[in-house]
Amino acid sequence: MNFTNFGKYILLLKAVFRKPEKFKIYLKAIFQQMDFIGVGSLGLISIISTFIGAVMTLQIAFQLVSDFIPKTIIGSVTRDSSILELSPTISAIVLAGKIGSAISSEIGTMRVTEQIDALEIMGINSPGYLILPKIIAGITMVPLLVIIAMVLSITGGFIGGTLSGAISAAGYIQGITTDFNPYTITVALVKAFVFGFIITSVPAYEGFYVKGGALEVAQASTRAVVVSCITILACDYIVTQLLL
Amino acid sequence: MIEIKDIYKSFGQNEVLKGISGKFEAGVTNLIIGGSGSGKTTLLKCMIGLHTPEHGSVEYDGREFTKMSFEERIEIRKEIGMLFQGSALFDSMTVEENIMFPLNMFTEQARSEKLDRVNFCLERVNLEGKNKLFPAELSGGMKKRVGIARAIAMNPKYLFCDEPNSGLDPKTSIVIDELIKEITEEYNTTTIVVTHDMNSVMGIGDYIMFLHEGKKFWEGSNKEIAHTDIAELNDFVFASRFMKAAKKNF
Repeated sequence: MNFTNFGKYILLLKAVFRKPEKFKIYLKAIFQQMDFIGVGSLGLISIISTFIGAVMTLQIAFQLVSDFIPKTIIGSVTRDSSILELSPTISAIVLAGKIGSAISSEIGTMRVTEQIDALEIMGINSPGYLILPKIIAGITMVPLLVIIAMVLSITGGFIGGTLSGAISAAGYIQGITTDFNPYTITVALVKAFVFGFIITSVPAYEGFYVKGGALEVAQASTRAVVVSCITILACDYIVTQLLL
Repeated sequence: MIEIKDIYKSFGQNEVLKGISGKFEAGVTNLIIGGSGSGKTTLLKCMIGLHTPEHGSVEYDGREFTKMSFEERIEIRKEIGMLFQGSALFDSMTVEENIMFPLNMFTEQARSEKLDRVNFCLERVNLEGKNKLFPAELSGGMKKRVGIARAIAMNPKYLFCDEPNSGLDPKTSIVIDELIKEITEEYNTTTIVVTHDMNSVMGIGDYIMFLHEGKKFWEGSNKEIAHTDIAELNDFVFASRFMKAAKKNF
């Protein structure tokens, strides 16, 4: 994203946060978006998190070959990796693909079919009406999805570890309950909040300024996912550096 | 009445509008005509604020629109109805929801009142009972009529139509043209239609502004348009075989 695009992005956000014309209508749109982003992504996030937790446990067990390191450490490492990195970041990248492309295509199609012009001519603040509900839904539902992802990832680790015989059930539970630092949850939720904002606002920006037709909408959608993923990884590093 | 004064608009090095002025009166159908690339849609977009002209002004009954802030423009935009070339109906909403949308946004009416208004507008465009259909289920002509119904939902003082007949068969085009004319006369709206359809020009052109290469070349009525000696206008008006044949009767 070059400086011109960044400037346009900031100006768009300024328009997004203008006072809504009618809060009741925005509220309805927010709930619809919460359903789409939150409930609509629950299945995908559940499957991915469970398998990632299981695979991670197996890989940690494979790498722990020393007899001096207790097996319970597998549980601890799975827990911390799931909470701090894998659940927020992998969930965000998956959601950037699923939600980001949908947001960009929806707004981009509205742009090329003059639906956004129609909103503006009616006197409606189109960035606010179209983007604000998505951002609010993103920053509220992505943290909730990340909490679910954390739980399922740790559960997946338990299932994978015990089924394969890499670790006993008691050993895994002892591992995940030993030396737990609740601050890691705070870090993960801050990340989820930031990622929720990126996942919704960046694709909305890409869609909002589309010019052309179907091909350009598709290109904007691809660009939205790529830029969102890169921004998520960059912000992941910044938040980790600042908070840990 | 809408008055435009000395409008200039460029896109990069391409100067699209070169100092256009004119007055569009209420209660009559005002047409902006011209060939492709003559600047008519750009002029329309400058008038409604989708483009910002580099120079010149647009006044709605003496209120200078071009110098207004976003918030100030909202008041005028509530008085504007617009029919888009592609209808621009909201895909995810039914016909009823599309027409009710501006009422939901800007009025505090009860749902029953809004529904009455929706039904009145649908009746006005001969689409009674189509409330629950989605835009994807409508034909091109029906979409245009729903577009008109949405445009008149808020009782607009100003009605803009961008190529209302594009993609429609001649019979449906006449229905749309007559509907626009009826609404204009019935509600005394200031109606501006951008078109290159000569049927519309001859049928409803009370006032016509002809644009060529970004300049106003001619203005007058449909009774006068066939009797000018302006070569560019005659090339446009009599471009079709039908109009060439009809010229003999003028």
